[in-house]
Amino acid sequence: MAATKHTLVALVEDKPGVLNRMASLFRRRSFNIDSIAVGHSELPHLSRMTIVVNGAATMVEQVRKQLDKVIDVVKVSDITGDDVITRELALIKVHATASTRSEIIQIVDIFRANIVDVAADSLTIEVTGDEEKIESLFNLLRGFGIKELARTGCIAMNRGGSSPLRIEEKLPRFRNEKRKAP
Amino acid sequence: MKMTGAQIICESLVKEGVEVIFGILGGAVLPLYDTLPQYPKLRHILVRHEQGAAHAADGYARATGKVGVCMATSGPGAANLVTGIANAYLDSVPIVAITGQVARPFIGKDAFQEIDITGITLPITKHNYLVLDVDSLARVIKEAFYLARSGRPGPVLIDVPRDVFTEPAEFSYPSRVNLPGYKPTLQGHPAQIKKTAKLINEAQRPLIIAGRGVIISGAYAELKQLAETAQVPVVTTLLGISCFPEGHVLSLGMLGMHGMAYANMAVNAADVIIAIGMRFDDRATAKVSAFAPHARIIHIDIDPAEIGKNVRVDVPIVGDVKIILNALNKLIVSTEHIGWVQQLDDWRREHPSTVIRDSQGLLPQFVIRQIYEVTQGEATIVTGVGQNQMWAAHYYWYNRPNSLISSGGLGTMGFELPAAMGAKIGCPEDTVWCIAGDGGFQMTIQELATIVQEKVAVKIAIINNGYLGMVRQWQELFYERRYVATPLSGPDFVKIAEAYGIPGLKVRHKEEVIPAIEQAMAHQGPFLIDFVVEPEENVYPMVPPGASIAEILEEPKKEVAIWPQRSTP
Ligand SMILES: Cc1ncc(C[n+]2csc(CCOP(=O)(O)OP(=O)(O)O)c2C)c(N)n1
Ligand SMILES: [Mg+2]
Repeated sequence: MAATKHTLVALVEDKPGVLNRMASLFRRRSFNIDSIAVGHSELPHLSRMTIVVNGAATMVEQVRKQLDKVIDVVKVSDITGDDVITRELALIKVHATASTRSEIIQIVDIFRANIVDVAADSLTIEVTGDEEKIESLFNLLRGFGIKELARTGCIAMNRGGSSPLRIEEKLPRFRNEKRKAP
Repeated sequence: MKMTGAQIICESLVKEGVEVIFGILGGAVLPLYDTLPQYPKLRHILVRHEQGAAHAADGYARATGKVGVCMATSGPGAANLVTGIANAYLDSVPIVAITGQVARPFIGKDAFQEIDITGITLPITKHNYLVLDVDSLARVIKEAFYLARSGRPGPVLIDVPRDVFTEPAEFSYPSRVNLPGYKPTLQGHPAQIKKTAKLINEAQRPLIIAGRGVIISGAYAELKQLAETAQVPVVTTLLGISCFPEGHVLSLGMLGMHGMAYANMAVNAADVIIAIGMRFDDRATAKVSAFAPHARIIHIDIDPAEIGKNVRVDVPIVGDVKIILNALNKLIVSTEHIGWVQQLDDWRREHPSTVIRDSQGLLPQFVIRQIYEVTQGEATIVTGVGQNQMWAAHYYWYNRPNSLISSGGLGTMGFELPAAMGAKIGCPEDTVWCIAGDGGFQMTIQELATIVQEKVAVKIAIINNGYLGMVRQWQELFYERRYVATPLSGPDFVKIAEAYGIPGLKVRHKEEVIPAIEQAMAHQGPFLIDFVVEPEENVYPMVPPGASIAEILEEPKKEVAIWPQRSTP
């Protein structure tokens, strides 16, 4: 079966080792993770992860179920094909000379990106958007000479009222324990 | 009340109803062991290798249905548990392993006897914990036992740094667990159950494939009711053996690579398959693309990740087997499938898979059958891995629930002796026979010392063929008899037993078999019989690797076939 790109979102307890547990499931099946982004969610002690992987649909579904079995994973869903907003942030450091600087600035303006650092021979650009937007900006800047690129990986959220990850009950926490930073 | 971490662990174990701990101590767990005498309810069994501790906890858990507990020190002690933990993981056995770890300030510094055991066991445990805070200890133990025994059972490991054992903390044992990410589904979906009932009621050639899930859930009566009401024949997986009485007219025995020919033929011909508490392991399905080509498949399992993993499923039902079968049985109408049952009986007659041919030499099949006869089928059988395992599965008839303990998923040689020891310690009233391979037995032979020290009356039958027999069989059949690294020149097992303080007998001839088994049974304590059997006997039937379940190699040299008597319970 053909491999396609899948976006999984998960709510996980921010305990040490969670990332390891999840990554190990992908590794066992030789999945390449395109990107993985982790940060706080709306609930205390729960982190939200967005994982973009390439794989056959049945394999991805199997991994999703395996992820769901991880005790520290509270919820996980495959939102591929849903109506979603996906965003990624990239920092691009591009080679710039007196003669190319204004052209670069023009391109950056068209993309509604920002210049966040200026040096004698470079510009650092911050751009937010979906993957496509970042790719196209990157491709346009390539001719000037890319010095560095850093991308956060994609985060995703469903449009409108639907929240596949919403947890109804309020989660009581264990009071008297000191918690470790994730 | 203020207690040390070590006392909190012991108190919690007592609260969980733990009676036996299998383990070996060392520097990192010394404070915990030092506390044990304060808790006389906790019986510690000193094994001779940590692998034995994990297998013993496993055997104990399978025999009793309770959670088995093992302990080890940090580093090498914890590493030695790994095979046993993996074994429990693949066969869904509830065990809790407690390991010592180096003190917190040393973690991550490659300290003496430090290994990252939570990292190592991450893919072979249902869950594991590194306890960095003594205040969380009681909660972690509560969760560990809950996770181990609930849902799809499995091993849980708790790694405790040495200085956590000695740190004082307030102890109160939580009454509930709070695991937002863990909510096993127990009730089957009513609509799916309805669909299933309809399929079964309309089936022409229905077949049940029952696995260990039936045993775990204790759904013996429910399975029997389903089979009898709808007149559905039952095949089992290796680990499902003894979930349905094998003497029952509807029992077709085991399926798979070494399944009964007629069981495999039934799978191949069925139009509806009800798979219950089993996971379509490749040894059970053979070539998966050719599995059950005519059947619509109903899959009942507590683990949603098993649904559709290996085999396409038409009706999945996620939940506890007993609860689901109870609900399902209410919708099943009494039917008969005379033609189908007749067909299966014909196949059974035309392809008898458990006859013992007449032979001058001592056949392993004959040995197993005599153990069945002498124990009257009342024993718990614990097997090794390989040919001995398959013969034990074929030639002993399991009518008593939960009477076969075997390493299925991992196929761990060396499981037999420590697991039999654990089973006997858990069920001291039961007769426990360890059916060992001469190869596997030597992998954990040191537990003979534990058996003597703890007075565990296990009966041991070594199926001594002088080979790593199952591998030799593959070499014979698929590698033109090139017996590379399979011949074993064993020690004298009777002398070894004697050195450990266990009486034993060497048996070479047919007529000595029954007296030897009777002598073993009459003896109060452990007893060993070294059965020196035909060295190049093969296990049949066999589905060659890569072939479909219908391509069955049967015993080639049928001299005199004696149709075996089946007793109906
Ligand atoms: C720990 C381990 N190592 C290797 C194997 C591979 N293996 C499977 S069966 C077998 C032969 C077992 O020999 P023995 O214990 O004498 O049993 P027999 O097949 O002769 O009855 C081997 C080596 C295994 N299953 N487990
Ligand atoms: Mg052997």
